[in-house]
Amino acid sequence: MSTESSALDSLYRIYSRRVQATLIRLLGDFELAEEAMQDAFVAAVQQWPVNGEPDNPQAWLIRTGYHRGVDQIRQRSTARRRAHMLLPIEEALEIDDAAIEDDSLRLLFTCCHPSLSIEARIALTLREMCGLTTEQVASALLMKPTTLAQRIVRAKRKIRDAHIPYTVPAQKELPERLADVLQVIYLVFNEGYSSSMGTAVVDISLAREALRLGAELARLLPRGEVFGLMALMLLNNARRDARQNSAGELMTLEAQDRRLWHQEEIASGIEWLEQALALTPLGYYTLQASIAAVHSQAGSADKTDWARIVRLYDALCRRFPSPILTLNHAVAIAMNGAPETGLKLLDDIAHHPQISRYHLFHAAKADLLRRQGQHEAARSAYQQALQLATQAPEKRFLISRLAELENSLQKK
Amino acid sequence: MKYVALVYYQEQLINAMSDQEWHDLNQECITGVERLNAQGNYLAGQALQPIETATTVRVRDGETLISDGPFAETKEQLAGFYLLEAHDLNEALQLASRIPPARLGSIEVRPVRELPPKAEPKKESGEQP
Repeated sequence: MSTESSALDSLYRIYSRRVQATLIRLLGDFELAEEAMQDAFVAAVQQWPVNGEPDNPQAWLIRTGYHRGVDQIRQRSTARRRAHMLLPIEEALEIDDAAIEDDSLRLLFTCCHPSLSIEARIALTLREMCGLTTEQVASALLMKPTTLAQRIVRAKRKIRDAHIPYTVPAQKELPERLADVLQVIYLVFNEGYSSSMGTAVVDISLAREALRLGAELARLLPRGEVFGLMALMLLNNARRDARQNSAGELMTLEAQDRRLWHQEEIASGIEWLEQALALTPLGYYTLQASIAAVHSQAGSADKTDWARIVRLYDALCRRFPSPILTLNHAVAIAMNGAPETGLKLLDDIAHHPQISRYHLFHAAKADLLRRQGQHEAARSAYQQALQLATQAPEKRFLISRLAELENSLQKK
Repeated sequence: MKYVALVYYQEQLINAMSDQEWHDLNQECITGVERLNAQGNYLAGQALQPIETATTVRVRDGETLISDGPFAETKEQLAGFYLLEAHDLNEALQLASRIPPARLGSIEVRPVRELPPKAEPKKESGEQP
């Protein structure tokens, strides 16, 4: 019994996502495709031990699932009007590997469609592309399963009722739509990266899922920005064990113990980056990864090539202007030996609505002021950052910085 | 597949336009409709008079209530609509992005809901062969 169920498990792991992606296309409905896919696996467990495993298990599962789905449609009187839209069975079942690969891409682009809320895109992508159960996705996103299930149901209903197409966007739309997909993958990654900071211990690593999705996308759609995102995620992920010390305190990049950085992940990140840099124009993720690479390759914080980082932020800010990037640019300029220019640039964006209530802006400003020896001004900036910070580790970090400042002020 | 594109903008923005700007916007909309028509995407559409001309009708307990408005606290007002024929949402969004007031306000794209078939009246039928 247990061998049978473990055989099913491994079958499921290998084939379920692809089978479902293809069934969604053939049956034109997410829910129906999922039921049909489950039915096909049940049939496989019953039949394969008796009849032997078919030569092409994937094609067998798709064919079986499709037949089950079609039966379902015929049985449901309400769905009868959809029956005419189905492909003739022979045509539908001309399954070739290229079409199945495309189905994974179709599924990803549909899950990440910009007409769905960003929360729905993340939930759907994890559920449909990563093959996680609703419970797993909910626990990874720290949500109630019922809330998440509702979100997924609503998203699927919108896909169906608004006719969000099950397609890979045409060349003309592709860059924009690919950016949406990359954003979802990066958000999944960051969700995993930051939630590992909290107290919650979850068995699903969102960072790992994001890396897997990125690698899959890079295989199916080898574009520079996909490589760039892979590089960025790997280079960040390589630092995961150094972000907190043993007491659970947040460590800045400067203070991190670089021996804890995972060198093999850095090496792999650099490889992806080199592939990305070979393809112009350089996009957002490739430039961000280039910056991460400079940090990764510095043996110690004071050996950081800030001049190179400033140049990379120059390029980023020119192509993708945003106050958050300007904030980072300003810090890099200050670290590159021009603290006054950096602080001036910070003042220029201080009143931007995205910035004025952003705790990291005030923390960055406080840090630059502290380095400048302007301790009074640094203290008030740290206090402002502390008021705006919401996460416990960040608050603790700011409190300890404030305490250090108070000490040095008293010593005077 | 039919979609309605509802055009919203702040009427203040329009009121602040010069006559020439207003004229240009209208001409651009006319050209846009011609293009949609030529492509077979245009089913119907209409620009609307400003919100101050609106009247709201409600029926409660069989009584018809008429009032001025609506003057909901929304930033943007409904200014017109298009009924579009599009293959799927991607095409509908692409068409909507070329509606000129998209630059000023926003276009809400909604799939139409087909009503269920009319229920057969209950009576003896003599049509069976």
